[in-house]
This record gives sequence, structure tokens and C-alpha cells, in this order.
Amino acid sequence: MAKKLDKVDVVVVGMGWAGGIVAAEMAKAGKKTVGLEKGEHIKREDYIGVKDELRFDNQFQIMQELKKDTVTSRNELDETALPIRTRKKMQIGANLGGASVHWAGATYRYWPYEFEIRSKTIERYGEDKIPEDMNLQDWGITYEEMEPYYEKWEYTAGISGEQDPNAPKRNKPWPNPPLKESPSLKLFKDACKELGHKPFQVAAGNMSQNYENPDGEKLNACMYCSFCTRHGCDFSAKSDPLATVIPTALKHDNFELRTRANVRRVLYDKDTKKATGVLYVDENTGEEYEQPAEVVVLAAFAFTNNRLLMLSEIGEQYDPETRKGIIGRNFNGQYNNAFAGVKGFFDNKKFNLYAGAGAMGAAITDFAADNFDHTDLDFIGGGAIELRQYGFAAISSSNNIKEGTPSWGADYKKESLNYAYRALQIWYTNNTMSYWHNYTDLDPTYKDEYGDPLLRVTYKFGSGTKEIMEFGVEKCREIMEKMGADYIKEDSIPEEFDHEFSGGHYSGGVVMGDDPETSAVNNYLQMWDVDNLFVVGGSAFPQFGGHHPTPTIGALSYRASEGIEKYLKDKKQLVKAKTKTTNA
Amino acid sequence: MSNDEKRPPENNEKQFSRRDFLKTTGVATGGILAGSLLGGVVTHFGDANQEPHGEGGTTETPESTKGNLTDARVFFSRNSDFDTLAAAAERIFPEDDLGPGAISLGVPYFIDKQCHSWWGFNGKNYTDGPHDFEKTPKFGIQEKLNRGEIFKLGLNKINEIANDEFDGNFWEIDTKDQDEILKKFEANDESAKMNGVRADVFFQLLRDTTIWGVYADPAYGGNRNMEGWKMMGYPGPRMGWEGIIEESDFHEEEPQGLRTYQGGKM
Repeated sequence: MAKKLDKVDVVVVGMGWAGGIVAAEMAKAGKKTVGLEKGEHIKREDYIGVKDELRFDNQFQIMQELKKDTVTSRNELDETALPIRTRKKMQIGANLGGASVHWAGATYRYWPYEFEIRSKTIERYGEDKIPEDMNLQDWGITYEEMEPYYEKWEYTAGISGEQDPNAPKRNKPWPNPPLKESPSLKLFKDACKELGHKPFQVAAGNMSQNYENPDGEKLNACMYCSFCTRHGCDFSAKSDPLATVIPTALKHDNFELRTRANVRRVLYDKDTKKATGVLYVDENTGEEYEQPAEVVVLAAFAFTNNRLLMLSEIGEQYDPETRKGIIGRNFNGQYNNAFAGVKGFFDNKKFNLYAGAGAMGAAITDFAADNFDHTDLDFIGGGAIELRQYGFAAISSSNNIKEGTPSWGADYKKESLNYAYRALQIWYTNNTMSYWHNYTDLDPTYKDEYGDPLLRVTYKFGSGTKEIMEFGVEKCREIMEKMGADYIKEDSIPEEFDHEFSGGHYSGGVVMGDDPETSAVNNYLQMWDVDNLFVVGGSAFPQFGGHHPTPTIGALSYRASEGIEKYLKDKKQLVKAKTKTTNA
Repeated sequence: MSNDEKRPPENNEKQFSRRDFLKTTGVATGGILAGSLLGGVVTHFGDANQEPHGEGGTTETPESTKGNLTDARVFFSRNSDFDTLAAAAERIFPEDDLGPGAISLGVPYFIDKQCHSWWGFNGKNYTDGPHDFEKTPKFGIQEKLNRGEIFKLGLNKINEIANDEFDGNFWEIDTKDQDEILKKFEANDESAKMNGVRADVFFQLLRDTTIWGVYADPAYGGNRNMEGWKMMGYPGPRMGWEGIIEESDFHEEEPQGLRTYQGGKM
């Protein structure tokens, strides 16, 4: 029998950016709050002295172990899904700080168009522009409403950036100036200018200088060491929850952090339609605990938010046959359907590519969102074109070979050594849409270590998926030609989703909106059906915007925190639902 | 040792370890001995690896006392598997005028140690059945076998084909024939079919792990003396590169490994 603990105001499940922000805001507001984290209580010290490519980039040390829990995946509704067994194919953040500890730091706000993508697409191109298979939805919130939350997150995180000439004018400047400009970035920017585009330095969650955030947390200037993406920062120079919101929360006695606390159920009272708390297992001892709370916040990764609702039988499971139900609907993400581009090989240039920082890069947004005319294009939206200098260690620098060169043997050796520091990649970070046939539910066969079914992902490409990628590759090629590459290798457009869950950009399934028939949560991420249950994170994205997701997750988490405080005061549904009119 | 029985080299690729010559003094082989130059190999490769091969091996005193004592097999039990592994890794990353190959870099021992780790035992993979190995690689690894078992199965199969089709052990036949066999695996050819793992999946594992062994930190047993990094111009881990990040000339520096970076206390 689970041991029942004392009731608290707020219990938060998952301690990444989303949960960390909610925890810090609740702690600051004086609410009695418990944060539950499945993983270890890691600290900055865990990353000192371990700049090791094999351990982190190839064997994925800080990603979730899959032995106990993974997802299953398939393309077609009548296909048997198989479990994703290795971390090469499935990278989910684990431990305190979540995926945000290993993120690169690329920071973009989503566009005004993207938050109202359905309305604005119809307004400019007519309803016929939207393909039949696409569940295109507005977010139920506008950019103007999001702006203060973006700003709050950016200042907490200490983002280093400069104004994107295409983006709405910022209310306040970025908290820190942009990162340094390396020769590869300059080459990209010069080529873009020649083509009439408007390049700028990617805003980065890597500090360009020492910084103290509004909560008093201190971060250090980035050293460009390159061990950034998929690694934790040894220097508190990357904007992550370990350097910011988690220490902020821990400063308050009314906040308690419990790590290795694996939540298995949200406890739900069907009569009162309230969540009463959560059931979790202490992974050190195997003991079960019940943590009652006035408000339950699911702030885990999108997969876990989806699955916990399903296992707890909260909300109606989406069924693609009837197209009814909400939970699991509009599952989306950037898989092999995004980030295609070109690699340019330079015979007479050599770049210091072993140095870099996760979000050090240059970009253009001339082909993002609706910044360009789509009248004659067979897709909706867009993305940035980026060149990033992450800093590449030796194994990853051994892959620069031309089309047709074998991947082993003497020819491979010669060519890969020659081009190790003479090749640059650029790509298109295009948005990805939600389609009626893509969703999550519980797998009928495969189970986790406790015998609970794994989450099953059903996902395939829909209308516009390949077209937007082909468009991006073509634009990347034009830029790379202008950059003067001697040889250009185009990424091939994949035939179908390849069940590779790398990159961490998977979202939806518990989406936000203004209509309970097409969304699970309102624009405070409060469930329509369960007033004291907030589901926070990428799971709320109705479709995936044309940029990296983290800033929007951060902003939505501040928005949700405000909602939780409102709920604790008024104890009611915060938003009046609209009837189904816009989403025919 | 005596080199009397050494055949003249057919080409200049330094493909074999000194041990292979020791072997030929004791074991009659039907295959053609692909040539090798003894010098350099001794310099680079496993002085600790002088155990005799199979029955009737040499009784010469090995030079093991001079070498790196961590260069010993702890996973592969059969000499033939390990010799096949070494020869195959050398074809994937051969020694040439650009620098050392997989054997000189210690890659066979790197792979042996990897197989003997959580990675080789698939310790962090989801391992529940049912399994369907024919669905790899579309769905990623789906084998019931773990990586170490796949290595043993695949290496065995490589050597079986060498003996059946080329009349010799894989490590003894001509490099062209070795490549031909490896290409069968790479192409998932019917002749390389195995029960439990696709041939191309095994080949990709062998290929990728070999490249890891060339370029991973020397702490793991490969990339000996950071020779892999030196060939590439990779300097290894540092506190940071703030001082050179804006420089337009390529900045070269003597490489340092993790041990140096960590302070190498003990």
C-alpha cells in the first residue's frame, strides 16, 4: 500500500525547464510545493572534467535509460509498433533539469503568424490552402499575449542575442549581447546579404558575458569549449534549470525537491472531477507514496505528460478511426521531417570547427512563418536557415565525405581527414504540422518495468512535409553556392518517418487552444476537464513552429504559473471555452 | 624472433601485427599471406599481445613485459574472433601514408573493452520481447542479441566465408578478398546471412565502433597516443577556445586527452 503523505498546495511532476519554472514561481509565491523528479539529483560538478565525446555524443550518457521505459513507434494505423530500444534512436533528457541540461541553446520566439496559423492562413490564402489531412489549429493565445512571458523567460535564462530584422520589435533588448562571430558565421552572413536576405546572430542560451538574472542566479561567460549539446555545462555558462530556476526554488523552505521519484499515476476523483494528487515510486527503495495536492502540475517531457494522462484515465483518448477524443491528438514534432539542408566542402578554407558553443550560429528568417508568399507553394509556414558552430569533436568530424565516397577504407580515410575542418552544414528548421493520422496512445504489447503499457507513437508524413523540405534544401543550396563551396552535398528528402527520436523536438498530444473539442488545455495550460490539473510543456503545442521549441516552453511555463496562482485563489476554470466555429 | 619464413610483401600496407608472423611460424596456412612490413608495426602495436595462436604456437618469449598491460582480451575468448576483428577493423581504417590504421591505434582492444561494458551487454537498451531482427535498421536495433553477441556471431561468419570461399582465415587472405567479404556484409548479401542479425546491421556496428576506436579519447584504449587526433588535427578537450574562436587561420595545437584535462592525479 502506498504511504500517504501530507497534502501540499502544488505538486510538480518533472523538473526540467517547465517544472523548474513552475516550482520557482510557486516557491517565490509562498505556496507549499513539492517537485518530483524521476532522475538523479545531478549538479554542475557532474560535468566538470568529463569533456568526452564518446560518452555523451555517441553513448548518450545523460539521456534516459531505456531499459525500464521507452516508446513504441509505427507509421500506419494497421501496423505493429515496435519499441525504440537504443538511445541512438531515442534521446530523452533524464535527471534534474531534464532535456534542458543537454540542449544547445538556440533561442527564437515563435511568430505572430504561428500562434494564429489557421486564422491567418485562411485570411491570406483562403481555406482551400489547408490540406484535408492537416489539423491546423490556432494556439488560443496571441503573440502579443505571449510577449511578456517570452521576455520573462529570456531574462531568467540570460539569453545572448541581437534583434532579428524580420521579427517584431522587442519590448526590451535581449539581456546579453550576441556571442562572438567566427569566420564560418561571417561567411554565411556575407553570402546571405549578397542574396538580399537579412542575416543575424542566433540568440543563444550560452552566456556572452557574466550575468545575474532577476532571481539573483549568477551565470558565467561561455568559453566556447564545444562540449555543449548533449553535454551538461561544467561552468554554468549555459542557460539551464540547474543554473537558474532550480536553485531559485531551493532557496525557499516551502519548496521540497524529491529526486528518483517516479510518478506512475495522477490520482483522479471522477465525482468531483478533480485531481487529488499523484502516486509515485521511490526508485531507491521501491516504496510507493501518495502525494496529495491542491493542484497537480504535469511538467514532464511530452511523452510522459501524454502517457500519465492515459494511464490515469483522464480525458478522452483520441481515436483516429472516429477522429474523436483529445488526449494524444495532434502529436507532432521535428523528426527527419525537418533540418534538411546542404553540406558545403571547401578545398581552400579551413575552419576551427573543434571550437564552438551550442547555439553559436547565424541565421535568416526570410523563409520563416509567413514572411514570404506561399500562394504558389504547396506547403504552409517555414523556418530559419541556420549555420551553427556547435564545436565538433573528432568522431563527428570524421563524417565529411562526398556523395559516392565509401564510408570505410583508404578512400574514406583520405577524404574524411582532408575535409574534417573544411565542411560546413546549413539547414532549414522548418515547422511541422499535425495530421489526423498522427497521435499517441498506449501500446497493446510492450510494457515498462512495472507492467504498465508503453506509449505508442503513430506517425507518418502528411501533405506538405516533403515539399517544405525540398524548398529548404533549395534555399540552402543557393546560400552555400554563394558561400563559395567547391562541392555541395544535398541532404536527401526522406521517404517516411524513420522512427528516430533524436533531437528532442517532439510535442503535442495535450494541446492548447480555445475550444475543448480540439484542445485539452486552455491558454493557461489548465485542463478543460479538470480544473486543478495543469499540463505544461511541449505537449501543449498544437503543431510545431519553425524554430527550436525551448523558449516557447519556457514562456508557456510562466503563463501556466500565473494560471496556477489564479486557480489557487479562485478555484475555478480560468478561461471561457469558445464553441467550435473556427476549426471546421 | 626469426623472420626466415616470412614471405615477401605483396604490397606496402602494414596490415598485420607482429603476432601474425609468430603464428605463421607454428601454423601452416593455406592462404596467401598478405604482406606486411614488420617495422612500425612493432612500434605501434601490441607488444603485449604476443600469445601464440591456436595449437602449436611458438614457444618464443613474447615481448609482453614491454607493452601496455591493459592490452589484453577480456571479452573475446577465441583468438580467431579477435584476429578477424583486427583484420576487419584495419580494412575499415587502414594504415597508409597519412598515418596509422586501426590495429596500430589499438582499435581491436578498444572494441574488446566496449563489448565487455554496459554498452556491449545492451545494459541501457529496452530489451523486452517480442523481437524481430529483420525490422532493424528501420526501427533501430531490434535484435534479441546484444552488441557483444552480434560481434561474435558476425566475426565468426566473416571467417567462415573466408575459409569457404578463399581457402584461408580472414586475417591471412589478401586484402582485396577481405574487402570483398566485408562488402557482402555491407550489402546484406544472401551469402552473409546470419540467424539473429542482418549482415548489414552487423557491418554498420563494426564500422562505427572501429571509427569510435580511432577517434575516442585514449582513455578507452583506442586512439593510441592520440594518433587518430593528430592525423585529423583535433586538439582534444580544453577549458575553452575563447581566444581563438574568431581567428580565421586554422589553429593547431598538440592534442591533450582527458587524463591531462582532468589533471591526471593518480
